[in-house]
Amino acid sequence: MTPPAVAWIDHPAAVALAGRHRVRAWEAIPWLLALAFYFAFPKYLGFGTELLITILFALSLDLVLGYAGIVTLGQAAFFGAGAYTVGMLAKRGIWNEPITGLILAAAVAAAIGLGSGLVLLRTGGLTLLMLTLCTMALLEEAANLAHDYTGGFDGLDSLPIAPLLGRFEFNPLYPTTQYLYVLAVLFVCFVFVRTLVYSPFGQSLTGIRENTLRMHAVGAPVRRRLVLAYALSAAIAGVAGGIWAQANAYVNLGTLGLDRAATVLIILVLGGYGRLYGAFVGAVAYMALAHFLSKIYPTAWQLGLGLLLVVIALFARNGILGLTEAAARRLRAPRAIS
Amino acid sequence: MTAPLLETRALCRSFGALTAARDIDFSLEAGARHALIGPNGAGKTTFVNLLTGVIPPSSGAILMKGRDITRVDQARRVKLGIARTFQINRLFRRLSVLENVYIAVAERVGAAPSMLRPAGARRDVVDEAMQVLETLKLTADAGRRISELPYGRQRLVELAIALGLKPEILLLDEPAAGVPSAESHIILDAIDGLPRDIGVLIIDHDMDLVFRFAQRITVLVGGAVFATGTPREIGADPNVRAVYLGRAGHG
Amino acid sequence: MIFGVDVASMLLGGVAAGMVLFIVSVGLSVTMGLMGFVNLAHGGFAMLGGYAIALAMRQWGLGFVPALGFGFVVIAALSAVLERLLYSRLYRATELDQVLFSIGLVFMMIASVTVLVGPENQPLTLPSYLRGQINLGITQYRTYSVFLIVVGILIVIGLWLTFERTRAGAQIRAAVDNRRMAESLGINIGRLFTVTFAFGSGMAALGGGLGAEFLGLDPQYALKYLVYFLIVVAVGGLGRVTGVFYAALLIGVLDFALKKYVPSGGTAFIYAFTILLLLWRPQGLFGTKST
Repeated sequence: MTPPAVAWIDHPAAVALAGRHRVRAWEAIPWLLALAFYFAFPKYLGFGTELLITILFALSLDLVLGYAGIVTLGQAAFFGAGAYTVGMLAKRGIWNEPITGLILAAAVAAAIGLGSGLVLLRTGGLTLLMLTLCTMALLEEAANLAHDYTGGFDGLDSLPIAPLLGRFEFNPLYPTTQYLYVLAVLFVCFVFVRTLVYSPFGQSLTGIRENTLRMHAVGAPVRRRLVLAYALSAAIAGVAGGIWAQANAYVNLGTLGLDRAATVLIILVLGGYGRLYGAFVGAVAYMALAHFLSKIYPTAWQLGLGLLLVVIALFARNGILGLTEAAARRLRAPRAIS
Repeated sequence: MTAPLLETRALCRSFGALTAARDIDFSLEAGARHALIGPNGAGKTTFVNLLTGVIPPSSGAILMKGRDITRVDQARRVKLGIARTFQINRLFRRLSVLENVYIAVAERVGAAPSMLRPAGARRDVVDEAMQVLETLKLTADAGRRISELPYGRQRLVELAIALGLKPEILLLDEPAAGVPSAESHIILDAIDGLPRDIGVLIIDHDMDLVFRFAQRITVLVGGAVFATGTPREIGADPNVRAVYLGRAGHG
Repeated sequence: MIFGVDVASMLLGGVAAGMVLFIVSVGLSVTMGLMGFVNLAHGGFAMLGGYAIALAMRQWGLGFVPALGFGFVVIAALSAVLERLLYSRLYRATELDQVLFSIGLVFMMIASVTVLVGPENQPLTLPSYLRGQINLGITQYRTYSVFLIVVGILIVIGLWLTFERTRAGAQIRAAVDNRRMAESLGINIGRLFTVTFAFGSGMAALGGGLGAEFLGLDPQYALKYLVYFLIVVAVGGLGRVTGVFYAALLIGVLDFALKKYVPSGGTAFIYAFTILLLLWRPQGLFGTKST
């Protein structure tokens, strides 16, 4: 390849593009906070573990919804697929090693994502939304029908998960191992998603989301990219589901339900989709609120949640991060009237 | 005699009872500057959509350098060297000018599927995108979002994306449409400066632009070729005048 | 002969259920086809209507038919207000925003009803002339099922006449096919939307009341049957009254037949059927492909 006549290394726009992916100092904060939580609130590690798993699940949705622009109400299909993979293998004594179990969960979920994506992503809009819903509902019904394998409505409990790395046991009463394990897995998956988002592939997903017709017109194989993104996000959701089953030693139909799918969507939008850290912000905000309100005043919780969604849809569609971005912009550069 | 760069033979397209393209024979040579004109609804944009593969023809053939590409899909035709701009901008409005062109160049050189290295690490793609911007004098705006630019400069980015694809055939659908007259010279200068070896087809209503730019003109009326010739021949043709004057009332 | 009667009564039940599905879903189909708005709160209007009707009968002693009319009017008015104040702001919004908004709205509806009335199932006692069985030649049939079928047929005929023969109907059909063209023809799209939305929600209310007897009536109604309404709309084709009618009958009969002959796995079959159908024809059985 002949070198260009003039190298544009110093042009500010080129510099900005080249440095977009660099890790910024504040990006360490969520991880430091998570570690601090471990030492500061040992009694709340069960809640903390659930929170970290929710972040991972919301991250998977951000990849497919926030970056690829695919509106799906069926993401829980992959969560449940991963959970049941781990659960069924462990319950029947076939396989209970945790780390490889996660890899299996990811593989099964990715396969389902690839298969369904190839077929569903030929459609768009409302039809696609319906199809993702129906696929998830179909999976839930199938799990219900195969109750000999899946435990049906009651699910599978007391899953015998082997100790992590042969040494660290999963103790349901003292979830110290679970918490650090989930944190490590979340970190690895996050690094993967972050790399993906800043890669040329991620850039093309943004292009597809912003202007699909234009992407066709520059020769991008749009459907192939979308299916790939869909399958990758399914894999991550599968890891989230698998680790949920491992941490709770339990799996049931709720992992495949509309409730879980709708909740993760609300969480991501609350935090702000397409912004990588929206999953973190949304999960913390939602679960903190839910923890305090939903048990004490369940009806008021539902009313408040509904109101929040209406307000977000009307006035704050980019969630908490979107609001902070807008506020920061307004503080930084008061615009002159043009 | 070598085959023309782009050619259609008896190209037809109907939408139910409506015939949008009727038996169109057309050819474009390398280095050509060809204009397609005609009254509103004559089927000009439909023709470009047929050429780029956005819609399939009802009958007829499209050939590129003698090879039949009638069944080739849109993305593949881009890879073969056909690029277009749209009548209304289709840009990535929330991305910067540089990122817009980067996406096009990345697709062309095959960098786009890469998942594990950062986009900015592909210096070759960044440099080439900046070069395209330089030929259109857009480097000053390279870091600005599309939504912040005046419409005329946005239109230039539309052209930049097409050029980033290094096409052999460039189809421009009303390149100056919507551009305020104070800015339209930017577009015209850019068109004048297009690489000499690519074949360019421009659709437009602006007769000044058409006569300034074209070596050959095809007039399309009611989906069919009404006349073809040099600008002088078309300008002098009384039938062409009648077709335009007769429809002077329409917008 | 016994087998034939069995099948017939099952068909009857399925068709009656289909009629209720149709009455609830037709409004959703038209508003989604007309306004392109994904309204997941539609089931909520059906629920609110059912509650209005049941309560009117119980608290004020209204007759069944007057209560139905009451429910229709109240919910139509409420939805018109919501449309003007809230829905209309989101017509140009993304699908995601519409989904979030309507989910939020239905949560608020469910919570309000739970607080104001209570979480239990609301009983709706049918008037005596609709209970029991009626003799129709060959054998006895449930009177209420026959009633539902008759009502459903009257409604579909009425709607068909409205759409095909009146100017308002023509305007709606034009706007569904091509909104910009309809606007340029001088049709007041805003008012058309409000009226259509109100009418569709009123129909949902009617369906909620009519179906309460066998679908039940509790706050979860709004979400429990939402998937069915969406399936009927998607399978029938957006904005097509006849499409929704046939799709609703099909789903109703399928559901009844499956419940009887394949008790477990019936729902799975309906999901699989919907998936395959939408893959084969994304625009539904009667919808038109968008250009």
